Amino acid sequence: MIKEENYLKNLAELCLSKSKSFGSTDSNVVVSNTVSESVNIRNKKLDGSERSENLSVKLTTFIGKKKASISSSNLKEKNLEDLVKRCVEATKITPDDELNSLPDKDLYFVGDKNLNLYDDTHIENEQKINFIREAENAAFSNEKIVNTNGSGFSETKSNFVLANSSGFSNGYKTSNFTAYCEVVSKSNGSMERDYEFSSRRFFNDLMKPEEMGKNASELAIKKLNPKKIKSEKISIIFDKRVSKNILSTFANCISASVIAKGTTFLKDKLNEKIFNDKINIVDKGDIKKGIGSRYFDSEGVEVKELNLVKDGILKDYLIDTYYGKKINKKSNGRSSGTTNLYFKNGEKTLDEILNSSKKVLYINETIGRGANIITGDYSVGASGVMVENGEFTNPVSEITIAGNFNDIFKNLVLADDLEFNFSTNSPTMLIEGMTVGGI
Amino acid sequence: MSNFFKDTDLDLKKAEKLVSDTLHNCDDGELYLEDTKSESIVLDDNKIKSSNYTTDIGYGFRAINGDVVAYSHSNEISEKSLINSSKNLKSTLKNTKGTYNYEIKKTNQKFYKEIDPIEEKSLSNKILLLNKINDYSRSIDSNVKQVTANFLGEKKSVEILRSGGEILNDVRPLIRFNVSIMVEKNGRKETGVYGIGGRQSYEDYLKNDNWKRVCEEAYRIANTNLESKPSPAGEMKVVLGPGWPAILIHEAVGHGLEGDFNRKKTSVFHDLVGKKVASEGVTIIDDGTLDNRRGSLNIDDEGTPTEKTVLIENGILKNFMQDRLNARLMNTRSTGNGRRESYKHVVMPRMRNTIMLNGKNTQEEMINSVDKGIFAVSFGGGQVDITSGKFVFNCTEAYEIINGKIGAPIKGATLIGDGPSSLKEVLMVGNDMMLDPGIGTCGKAGQGVPVGVGQPSLLIDKMTVGGTQI
Repeated sequence: MIKEENYLKNLAELCLSKSKSFGSTDSNVVVSNTVSESVNIRNKKLDGSERSENLSVKLTTFIGKKKASISSSNLKEKNLEDLVKRCVEATKITPDDELNSLPDKDLYFVGDKNLNLYDDTHIENEQKINFIREAENAAFSNEKIVNTNGSGFSETKSNFVLANSSGFSNGYKTSNFTAYCEVVSKSNGSMERDYEFSSRRFFNDLMKPEEMGKNASELAIKKLNPKKIKSEKISIIFDKRVSKNILSTFANCISASVIAKGTTFLKDKLNEKIFNDKINIVDKGDIKKGIGSRYFDSEGVEVKELNLVKDGILKDYLIDTYYGKKINKKSNGRSSGTTNLYFKNGEKTLDEILNSSKKVLYINETIGRGANIITGDYSVGASGVMVENGEFTNPVSEITIAGNFNDIFKNLVLADDLEFNFSTNSPTMLIEGMTVGGI
Repeated sequence: MSNFFKDTDLDLKKAEKLVSDTLHNCDDGELYLEDTKSESIVLDDNKIKSSNYTTDIGYGFRAINGDVVAYSHSNEISEKSLINSSKNLKSTLKNTKGTYNYEIKKTNQKFYKEIDPIEEKSLSNKILLLNKINDYSRSIDSNVKQVTANFLGEKKSVEILRSGGEILNDVRPLIRFNVSIMVEKNGRKETGVYGIGGRQSYEDYLKNDNWKRVCEEAYRIANTNLESKPSPAGEMKVVLGPGWPAILIHEAVGHGLEGDFNRKKTSVFHDLVGKKVASEGVTIIDDGTLDNRRGSLNIDDEGTPTEKTVLIENGILKNFMQDRLNARLMNTRSTGNGRRESYKHVVMPRMRNTIMLNGKNTQEEMINSVDKGIFAVSFGGGQVDITSGKFVFNCTEAYEIINGKIGAPIKGATLIGDGPSSLKEVLMVGNDMMLDPGIGTCGKAGQGVPVGVGQPSLLIDKMTVGGTQI
């Protein structure tokens, strides 16, 4: 069972009062508790179970403009006291930084908590095993599926309290149910893997196991017996699993920290057109049951909806208190990053995108971290399927795709098939004129 | 001896009894206790951006029967918590009739000293040095616009209680020092990153102004990239420099030779033992016994002494890397590769220091033999798809080779290859083997563990380069 709010609040209060008694002028503490239970199966047989329980404290103390922090999972009172003392002592010898402070008081979250982020349902391990076994059964109904990399189900319940010396003290429970099925296909000496995955706040909203297994098996079979292709400039389509990564990279480029330091190619681009005028990007923290939903960030600042890009124009950054001060802007509650980040739907159907030229390359998966946010250069390994006259033809692998985000952002075209399966979501994406490296 | 039960309602006897009672009908398992202290100090944008000290203590209780692993972990070391875990393990492993394998090899081998690197250098001294590093880096060139530098120190104490009362311990120090420098010239920005580290004290790595060389190297990479031109795209010859580029070995074959993927037959290598998987002259080992190296361990996280394991000898696949579970199921012995990120993680076969041994050629011969290709000197990171064998790694410093001569620097590009075939495409193995500077972290199934790599210069017949120029 996870700890209730009062228990966490008491621990938080203890840390705050001890910090003060050792000489801090301000302090901020997060006490969090997570209990998680998961099972894994492989080839329809139980492979393992895991149960985890974690309770930890993260404390930041300030003395004027000095700051230091500690974190610990050893919460015996004596140990905690030693650590708080160590934190305050470290604060004393850390140089002043005029930007260090708690957030402005008027920015703290004070509203109702009604986003439905917690499902109390407990799924017994037997039931978890049955769920994913059903998924594997569905996957194995195709004879080209010869093995599984494993399938799993995990249930996680968390509770936390964030409190600081300005009087902010708040927290809430969240839950997460995640199931995945990863299978191996084989044919003519070629072996490929692929997966399907579903993660939801509420158990009842999970994808049905049969559908999960069927999707995983279709994806793995589609990749069999791939070819390498010649290097060429070609239009490519990013599957939703890949297109969301482009959006994540965009988010990394507009956090106040990289803007303040100038370590992003999007520095000084506020109110400039960086995408074409069909593109709109929203970060919305208050979607009911949303995977990325939250009431406030790691500093207690309310998370307001942001229209980051409107008609192709960059309208906002992701701002925390510290770097906000550095760029003369107020925190917009993004010290923990984005919430539910998404591209609004485009105007084209998936079919129109597939038929956009005689030959396009549909990318299912990219591999490697090939985004350089300082220069905007992009280069990753990839695999996918050729699309000719709107029809999927032969699978392709061991290729690279490369370009620069300045061009990618201006050229991208979005389909109208947005779904909310992750915290960052994008419709299917078409990009013209990327370089594919092959033979 | 054991400090883990101090100030708890447990003592060693009670814990041992609980372990033995829980595991006596199982094939394997243990109570793994861990106490980690770590410190991170970051200088960024001319300021000490953060100073954080963390202590994490907890246990992981594991029971194995056949191929089923039950694991329960918590940061509350108490009788109640252990009893709950024990019940949880038994509920997964109902009616088991395993035979506990008591045998574990003993060792007195020590590849690093039992020190606490965090306490050996005071916080104020570390802050002072970071500021000096910042000033020095900015003094190298007026084009230096950003400097980030950080110290990471850790002392991890582990204790393994096995059924029958056997206790195994290890104390593992680890430090890392990193510098990232951004330069700007005529509106163009580039970065260079360099770092050093291992299982010794800060002084061992920083003495004699050695830290200056780290700053200079980060600057050199950044400055080189300022002049870089777009990278070519397509298949071509690749010369890899010695040392850190050995992440090619780590990705191309290392992961595919880990016992779990081969026991499950999901690795492309699972049926290739005794077969030729690399060119003649290619010998690759995984070695946990190198003094003070980042990937070295006295014992692995199951208590097995580490060793030097030959993976590929003169092109022939010899051994996989094993933990106890996969070794037992494949009728072989553990090679001391059973590792976990922390008590919060299950054990898996993982690499230690993965190294390709010297051959006969010189780097010069390799470059001279290439009409058109690239010379890759430094890399950011890599990734592999074990099942298809495809792997990538990202160059952070590379040059074109034209008619046997090193040409202009080229922009960072991803290189992609096929694990089982790429080592057959090795045309020359250099005589200049070098280990990496001690900065590698390997990720697998969400767990990060410190590793090392090493290799001589290599000439590879063809790899696909992910540039923009056709």
